Amino acid sequence: MQASVIVFPGSNCDRDVAVCIEAAMGKAPLMAWHGDSDLPKSDLIVLPGGFSYGDYLRCGSMAANSPIMREVVAQAEKGAAVLGICNGFQVLTECGLLPGVLMQNKGLNFVCRNTRLTVTNNKTAFTAQYEAGEEITVPVAHNEGNYFADDDTLKHLQDKDCIAFTYAEGDNPNGACLDIAGICDPSGRIVGMMPHPERRAEAALGGEDGKRMFSGIVEALP
Amino acid sequence: MSHINDTQITDAVVAEHGLTPDEFQMVCDHMGRTPNYTELGVFSVMWSEHCSYKSSRKWLKKLPVDGPQVIQGPGENAGVIDIGDGDAAVFKMESHNHPSFIEPYQGAATGVGGIMRDVFTMGARPVANLNALRFGQPDHPKTRHLVAGVVSGIGGYGNCIGVPTVGGEINFDKSYNGNILVNAMCVGVARTDKIFYAAATGIGAPVVYVGSKTGRDGIHGATMASAEFDDASEEKRPTVQVGDPFTEKLLLEACQELMASDAIIGIQDMGAAGLTSSSVEMADKGGVGILLDLDKVPCRETHMTGYEMLLSESQERMLMVLKPGREPEAEAIFTRWGLDFAVIGKLTDTGRMVVAHEGQTVADMPLGPLADGAPEYDRPHQPTPKAAEFDAGLLDGAPDMASALTTLMASSEIASRRWVYEQYDSMVMGDTLAGPGGDAALVRVHGTQKALAISTDVTPRYCFADPVEGGKQAVAEAYRNICATGATPLAITNCLNFGNPERPEIMGQFVGCLEGMGEAGRTLDFPVVSGNVSLYNETNGTGILPTPAIGGVGLLKQLDKAVGNRFTENDLQIYLLGDGNGHLGASLYQRDILANDDVFAPPPVNLESEAKHGALVRQAVDKGLLSAAHDISDGGLAVALAEMCIGHNIGAHISVEGDIGFWFGEDQARYVLAVSADKAADLEALADGLPLSKIGVTTGTELKFGDTVTISVAQLHELNEGWFPALMQG
Repeated sequence: MQASVIVFPGSNCDRDVAVCIEAAMGKAPLMAWHGDSDLPKSDLIVLPGGFSYGDYLRCGSMAANSPIMREVVAQAEKGAAVLGICNGFQVLTECGLLPGVLMQNKGLNFVCRNTRLTVTNNKTAFTAQYEAGEEITVPVAHNEGNYFADDDTLKHLQDKDCIAFTYAEGDNPNGACLDIAGICDPSGRIVGMMPHPERRAEAALGGEDGKRMFSGIVEALP
Repeated sequence: MSHINDTQITDAVVAEHGLTPDEFQMVCDHMGRTPNYTELGVFSVMWSEHCSYKSSRKWLKKLPVDGPQVIQGPGENAGVIDIGDGDAAVFKMESHNHPSFIEPYQGAATGVGGIMRDVFTMGARPVANLNALRFGQPDHPKTRHLVAGVVSGIGGYGNCIGVPTVGGEINFDKSYNGNILVNAMCVGVARTDKIFYAAATGIGAPVVYVGSKTGRDGIHGATMASAEFDDASEEKRPTVQVGDPFTEKLLLEACQELMASDAIIGIQDMGAAGLTSSSVEMADKGGVGILLDLDKVPCRETHMTGYEMLLSESQERMLMVLKPGREPEAEAIFTRWGLDFAVIGKLTDTGRMVVAHEGQTVADMPLGPLADGAPEYDRPHQPTPKAAEFDAGLLDGAPDMASALTTLMASSEIASRRWVYEQYDSMVMGDTLAGPGGDAALVRVHGTQKALAISTDVTPRYCFADPVEGGKQAVAEAYRNICATGATPLAITNCLNFGNPERPEIMGQFVGCLEGMGEAGRTLDFPVVSGNVSLYNETNGTGILPTPAIGGVGLLKQLDKAVGNRFTENDLQIYLLGDGNGHLGASLYQRDILANDDVFAPPPVNLESEAKHGALVRQAVDKGLLSAAHDISDGGLAVALAEMCIGHNIGAHISVEGDIGFWFGEDQARYVLAVSADKAADLEALADGLPLSKIGVTTGTELKFGDTVTISVAQLHELNEGWFPALMQG
């Protein structure tokens, strides 16, 4: 299988997620540059966390319009699995692969801490190694993680089982609608989430709850 | 239009530049003529206290700076130590006090940006940031605004660039009401054979400017940082620089990419005094001359004068000297990252700095006097009088143990800093083994099984009462915090914040603190490898408490052996390592429980005990004996125990008896150790005569002292967590 991590100027979790992919896959992913218009055919594409283009416009909006994203969207439409983490989730909503928007945290401050998540949908390409309803601990680190969508969209997400992760009761760090921490497209192949599974993928870093995201996708792909 | 250099150099112009008449005469002697306006500007920043260390140099020379672990001591952009296997740790701490008071967000942000550039200029990748912050009284009208702005600025910069902020410290004291302290520390990791230095050599080699464009921000920032504040200081906002962490992230990646080649001869960031100090330092260290063509400098504003370009402190800029002919490959890298790249000059054999602008030579100065010619002052210093011993009579009618402990847990010094550190990304880079809230932060050296232990420490109220003991204690506490994780302390950086050195009593504090610091560094084999001095932290004649902040770095060779500072399970045996006589002078108990601000002697520091007890803790960790270890500092034994209970909501029953001094005294060289019952005998055997006594056992969810005092851990936790959010909500 071929995995690619997209590197935007200002990405800062690109190495962290590459470490996890390599650990799961036994092979380092391709690090793809934002300015390239070609992306080798990839089974897995990861949009990492960070501050793409400094987040100086709306978070993720400039990255969504970078040359490489045309290729990412094209490959996603042909069936590639895509994971957007934090800033990567913002990019996925900005480029239209996922619905909704990530607004500023309700508390108006950046927040970095562990959160308890409920795996709401364990049938996505990334969550098959979790039990449905399982509670896991994964950290967040963001200033704009407050997921918002109109009522129709939220209902659609619920009806189509497109809510992948929610913050456990009382642990919503940003005011997100329906406690949404991560969503997927109806096929389950495109997942966007604010928490950082790559930061909790080994015991030395406090836990391994995030690791199954990466081993799960590697197992699911050819 | 008249040229800026047509300006008459009058006494008033000289005074505006912060030079004394004697200093100006020295400048004229070095020049062999009266300097023009641009040259005067350059001399004034290079000879400012901030850049020249003219009041402090004499005393800094007495600090221990050597050791087998030291690769580069003070004098470069950052210190470098050997951490084995061809790896080096590169680190430094620096102040951004004056700008942070005037404009807290940008002041703090650019402080973080500046210290990271100092580290990655040396070829290191920054892996950890820490911050030592001091604010005024919690209820002072400006405090909340300053805390919010500084914290937001530190997070805004560090989070974006993607370097974890893993620790630090915060104190509140009325002496900082008009002068907050923002000391930023950065630690990076490099290969020992890929360290880059500032020295520029090779006549004719190109001088290259990379990074952001130059604007008018920060002109004379270094001069501002070398003067006292008065009521009009907030009008100095235009001298504060504006940070752009996104550009710094690009600059970091581009520099790392170029550093992987061998194209760079020397590299220096443009920090205080910008293009001036970077070019002067590079050329002077290389023993060459430098010719600059300001027409080539990328500017973001029009009609900038040479004076403005030379003195601008615009951020995110670097100056490099490349091997001749390597410009194209370097330019390709910087262009790919969207950064400016311009050859703005070359090295010469003149020993002079010659600056051309718009077809004229606007400055022509000898480099030696600019770099090293500032006068070294031996300012009069009056030793701080010995403080009296604590007056035990003050304890009459003291509150009971439970109420004293609960009060301290919710006090400004002890309260949890969660409100602050959750605004910092402490986990990015995936190597943070122990982030904020521990004794020392632990950061793995990427791809290895070893970790750096990092801590910042100083207790300003001790330094005020007795500078020598306070200086020792700051070093000793950093040493202890590192030992408590199991790591071996290797070296320190310092950030010396004091008031006006022209006052003999302030200079006496400075001299005293450095004496103590030097003695501790020598005895503990904990040399100083980098540092920074910030003087004139005064407003309307009132100075801050002497605050010589220490940043310590240690090495844990096997990260899986690390221990934390929280109780991990029930039925652990609790030991007190170290002894004392219940020293309450200058303690938090005196300040916050007795509400007494008389000056009493702080706890004396026995450096031999520090070394022995630290070694015991490290050995015990190495042998896998300990479940937890915590250094005893502010608030004494009772607070240390309460903190150990809070983490995992595990209580303790303390079976020994003691008086107020025993519970709250701040005697030094002490730790609380927790050990499982089957290992207790091994720990006792290892102690081999050192003062180690069993004081209790972990159990339940209450902290009990004997049979009379019982406090629920949940209550301690709530009190400890509640203070900071309540402060910030107002």
